[in-house]
Amino acid sequence: MDREQVRRWEGQCIQEQAPACTAACPLHVDARKLVECVSHEDFKGGLATFANAVPLPLILAHICDHPCQSQCRRSDAGDAIEISALERACAQFGAPATAVQPHTSKTQKVAVVGGGLSGVSAAIGLSRRGYAVNLFEARPRLLDRMRSLDERVLPTHVIDADLDILKCMGVAAHCEALISRHAGPFGLDAIAQEYDAVYLAPGPEALGEDALGLKRTAQGRIQIDPLTLATSDARVFAGGAQRYAPAPYSPIASIADGNYAAASIDRFLQGASLAANRDNQGAHPCRLFVNTKGLAISPAVRSTASASGYTKEEAQLEAQRCIPCQCLECVKVCTYLEEYGSYPKRYVRQIYNNECIVMGAHKANRMVNSCALCGLCTAVCPEDFSMADVCLDARQSMVRTGKMPPSAHDFALRDMAFSQSEAFTLARHQPGFESSKTAFLPGCQLSSSSPGHVSSCYEHLRSTLPGGVGLILDCCGAPAHWAGNEEKFKQALRKLDSAWSSLGRPRLITACSSCFKTLKDHLPQIPVEPLWPHLSPAFLAKAQPEPASRTLAIHDPCSTRGIREVEGSARDLLKELGIKAVELNEPGLTTCCGYGGLQLFANPELADKTVTRRSQQSDADFVTYCAMCRDRFAHQGKRALHILDLVFADGTADPAARPDPGFSQRQEERARLKIRLLREVWGEQEDSMQPSVNLHISEELKALLEKRMILVEDVRRTIEYAERTADKIENPITGRSLASFCSACVTYWVEYSAHESAFMVHNAYSHRMEVR
Amino acid sequence: MSPATGQTPESPLLCGKCKVPLVLGKVTAAYLGSEFPLELWKCPGCGKILVPESLATGKMLQVEQALEDK
Repeated sequence: MDREQVRRWEGQCIQEQAPACTAACPLHVDARKLVECVSHEDFKGGLATFANAVPLPLILAHICDHPCQSQCRRSDAGDAIEISALERACAQFGAPATAVQPHTSKTQKVAVVGGGLSGVSAAIGLSRRGYAVNLFEARPRLLDRMRSLDERVLPTHVIDADLDILKCMGVAAHCEALISRHAGPFGLDAIAQEYDAVYLAPGPEALGEDALGLKRTAQGRIQIDPLTLATSDARVFAGGAQRYAPAPYSPIASIADGNYAAASIDRFLQGASLAANRDNQGAHPCRLFVNTKGLAISPAVRSTASASGYTKEEAQLEAQRCIPCQCLECVKVCTYLEEYGSYPKRYVRQIYNNECIVMGAHKANRMVNSCALCGLCTAVCPEDFSMADVCLDARQSMVRTGKMPPSAHDFALRDMAFSQSEAFTLARHQPGFESSKTAFLPGCQLSSSSPGHVSSCYEHLRSTLPGGVGLILDCCGAPAHWAGNEEKFKQALRKLDSAWSSLGRPRLITACSSCFKTLKDHLPQIPVEPLWPHLSPAFLAKAQPEPASRTLAIHDPCSTRGIREVEGSARDLLKELGIKAVELNEPGLTTCCGYGGLQLFANPELADKTVTRRSQQSDADFVTYCAMCRDRFAHQGKRALHILDLVFADGTADPAARPDPGFSQRQEERARLKIRLLREVWGEQEDSMQPSVNLHISEELKALLEKRMILVEDVRRTIEYAERTADKIENPITGRSLASFCSACVTYWVEYSAHESAFMVHNAYSHRMEVR
Repeated sequence: MSPATGQTPESPLLCGKCKVPLVLGKVTAAYLGSEFPLELWKCPGCGKILVPESLATGKMLQVEQALEDK
């Protein structure tokens, strides 16, 4: 995996982006966490969260001008969360905040001029970083302006409590120390000489003097870099209210400047870049998507005693209104993404780390192979993130480097090989034609599940389309693509391309969504159309009218997600058939049946959860136009129809109750279909499929074989081998034999007994280890 | 068809080719370049080894999966 690509993928997932409140806060207070603490009545935790970002937490909790609240997404349905009032409640009920330890370890000295919010904040920030800080204030007390506020708004004891932090930190505060340009201990020049760096935070009034000879703006204020607060003198930084005047005073902006200045001075004294990696400093637009659709409207909790703020109970109730803001759009709709308990950004990192492991277990292998590659995450993601791209890339890389677990896709790839073998493949012109204007590609799954429909469709196309309709029985290679096996996929594409070329490059009509998608994406030279528009009931004498009362829910296969040509034409056909089909979701938001991406093989339990979740979306019978989807629903006991079951309904059977044929029967049906078509359409007598040994297998055992991915053909070959060679183990007590046979890296064991002219199969299992 | 639970040196099971009872013997299970010694029922004549279902679907499967993820 390309590291840059991995970063891009991580960047696309916005789940870890700051929520709107934090993004709007110049200090990036984690208001979501603070509110969550309050919702659990944890005011101490709330205050600790606040103090984490704010150097003077108790003061700001009382007077913050709260730019966060106007951005709160709760206001999409009711009032914004009263974040400011909740902060105050934390200060009130959570104090005292955790004591701050003095920390002086560096030799450099910094002077801070101005004992307001900005200067004091900078002093605390610098002291925390280990610098010796001297703070100079012209007035008799620090934070003098704060003391002029109404006692009910900001009680004096709150100011004193926060100033204790300064004392704890060991900051030397000098009050009544008016810094002037004149000579003397408080002269600017002297300060500039004595200290390694200076922060000027003199308050809102423009400096009357030519301080330190710094460059001024046209308004007479110090020229300050808005990102770093640097001035024309490298050692001097400036900020606070003087930077914003004459705009209304903002306590949080002043404190933020103190923080930024402390960060800049630290960088300056350490010789680091002042500007690097500060893109996110201060308030910024919020990238986190939050779906507020369906959120119940709720008004803010009003405090009964407004001057002193919320009671504990009121604060808790108010905090419980928080949504809280999260994206997780993909996780909410995808069983796979939900299964691993996190979200794509983390998954991408896990998958990348998994690939980079040299020694030890690759713990994310199964996760990589479990994605259905269905594209639903991309369809719902505000940033078009694709887990399929990540997992496919990882799978391809695993196959290339020999790290793909051999058992992950082995069964599916062997099934694909069968579909590509002589037993199934065919490319013929219509009898009586030398060329084909069109060719029908039914796909291997319809051929496995409903071979009769393949014959009927082909007969219909031959009788309605001019210019000869050829037939191609083959596999498009989708399983190899999903398995990340590029070599096998390319081989399959080349094979299909040559079958198409051998028929004179006709347009293809396919009944399979996976074939359609594969051809569109990987063999763009082949013109391909879905089958559905070619089955207008007007042309189909056989089509039976459906009972009008019947309501079906339509399930789209995920392969052709969002492709109107396919999704629309299937709906048109249903309409023409007189079917009322209800939608399970908005167009393009279908889910996988658990077969996509070979989820079924890499993680059968998850595939069952995937199809069960879909099945439960509606009590109505499902109708779909993918044979695999239909069989997956049937496997799970959900009544489901293939659209062709309606087109070719004969009114007798109940096709929605047709069971999943299972892996073994699927292969048999494909082979039989070829023989039958050769006989019926082309009048050729192929060798009929006479099994060499006849088997009796109970339904229960068949289900076990299916689960263990053992084909009846594997069982037959094992018994055949044992009977031919006597290479078996006998149990004289039960009269049963136990035979083993190794084929394609798997050893099959079959317990059986002779039963008249056939064999009764009692059990079968397999392993991949070689035992010698 | 699993081996008798008692550690009898001789199994009631017979080798289909040699028609002799299986006996417990040392064998090696190998997968993806790793090897493990095991004691399983085998034919003293031709060496045919019995892998019981419980082993194949239990411990053996676990080890296979662990090795595949290495």
